[in-house]
Amino acid sequence: MTESGYRVLVEGTATGDLLRLDAPISLWGGLDSETGLIIDRSHPQFGASMSGAIVVMPHGRGSSSSSSVLAEALRIGTGPAGFILATPDSILVVGSLVAGRLYGKSCPIVCGSVPPGSTGIWVIDHNRVHPLPGPGRSPPFAG
Amino acid sequence: MLLSDSDQAMINGEAGEAARIAMELLLATAEADGANELIGISGAHIDGCLYHGKAGVDFARSLLDAGARVVVPTTLNVSSLDLLHPELYRGDPDVAAAARQLMDGYVAMGCVPSWTCAPYQLPGRPGLGDQIAWGESNAIVFANSVLGARTGRYGDFLDICCALTGRAPAVGLHTDEGRRATLRIDLDLPDTLLDDDLVYPVLGHVVGELAGTGVPVIVGLDERATEDRLKALGAAAASSGAVAMFHAAGVTPEAPTVDTATGGREPDTRVSVGREELMAARAALNQGSGPLGAVSVGTPHFSESEMETLARLASGRSTTVPFYVNTSRDVLEAAQQKGTAAIIERFGAVFVTDTCTYITPVMEEVAGVVMTNSGKWAFYAPGNLGVEVALAGLKACVDSAVSGVITVGEEW
Repeated sequence: MTESGYRVLVEGTATGDLLRLDAPISLWGGLDSETGLIIDRSHPQFGASMSGAIVVMPHGRGSSSSSSVLAEALRIGTGPAGFILATPDSILVVGSLVAGRLYGKSCPIVCGSVPPGSTGIWVIDHNRVHPLPGPGRSPPFAG
Repeated sequence: MLLSDSDQAMINGEAGEAARIAMELLLATAEADGANELIGISGAHIDGCLYHGKAGVDFARSLLDAGARVVVPTTLNVSSLDLLHPELYRGDPDVAAAARQLMDGYVAMGCVPSWTCAPYQLPGRPGLGDQIAWGESNAIVFANSVLGARTGRYGDFLDICCALTGRAPAVGLHTDEGRRATLRIDLDLPDTLLDDDLVYPVLGHVVGELAGTGVPVIVGLDERATEDRLKALGAAAASSGAVAMFHAAGVTPEAPTVDTATGGREPDTRVSVGREELMAARAALNQGSGPLGAVSVGTPHFSESEMETLARLASGRSTTVPFYVNTSRDVLEAAQQKGTAAIIERFGAVFVTDTCTYITPVMEEVAGVVMTNSGKWAFYAPGNLGVEVALAGLKACVDSAVSGVITVGEEW
């Protein structure tokens, strides 16, 4: 499925493994910016890595410190490749924009959804979101 | 986006480079949130002064280098350091130095060094209808719900952008429509439960899980829901959920009736919360069963009345475990003048100001379960500190500290 018309909250392109969060998360207390791992023990995806992933989630939750945690993760390079949010979240938007302003390392954020059961590598391309096309969808080599 | 002449001047850099940067970030987020215009604010509360890494310091530095100066009265949230009791800090000295740099940066922008997560306990707090831009989830929910002031959920960075421009996006909780309750929560509880302090944070936890980002109206509270209890309720609801405002019918200022809170419309959803739900939430927040290691109270920061209650409970007794009381330097000073601080110190408790025990390493190595009266602390501390938590009312916390054995108080 290739869809255009996603609402762009933070402009950009990104490719990464889809990581669907089954519950909203507060990045503060929920994401370790040093490692990119989800550290909220009560979260269904506890232990999963956001690093380099296209993160799909319903909305942010809780602490207003999440902007800082996102900017810090993006600065270090452990942050997600991009976000697909069901509802806009200005806390994530500002975190990404600040990482862009300071380090040129923003991550794209779009508003919309992906079909249930979607997995594999996905692409955010400005206002378009789609699975990585073509056969042999294997992750690119690191580096 | 409809922009005022002064907005346009700031975009053009006529109010300085820092205001231009702030306006650029503010407009990007305003557009994301679907705002059509900006509104003036009368105050701000900054969460960005708590250290989460180099990015925060770099951002503050970049604003300062651009000549940043706040244009509305602006208070500062907790930081990573207790400047009044620096000896309490047990973390990495490099982190402490960076955290101090961040704090100094925000003070240099003209913010008030209040260092508290409970700015609503400071003099001159905002009132009904005041437009403000606050960070810190518990402060946001308190301002909207209990004071009737109007703030969105301002994250780090955006908070200072509002303070530097005096503007905020005219959306969500800044508008009448955004404050309308769409979820009705009917309490079905034995009346005597409303006398128990512990009910309020536990109810808050349930409300947060039910409401998510929505605005609920709680039906069934009464005048026993004091400010301190509503503070505990809101802080827990903003931890388990993203609640930025709740109404309590007959209690909070914008809900004289349920109808007022819902704007005369039927709520989208209606749920009932009874004793069973509260007991389940209480059990979920009570993970600790080992020996008592320490007690931490005051999340959000203790108020003057909570200080008095603690002094009454602790008077003439001694704690057998480390007992931490988080509060603001302002409230501590008031408690010192009243003599309540001395009673609490004789009990053996340690005051932590400017910061909080769950966000920075100030607690001694804990051998055992940590007791708290805070739903927010119980929610975050296991992840942040790797400790087991027992949640109980303040009286049970004090009694347990004296005996050295955890007793979590009466069953419901």
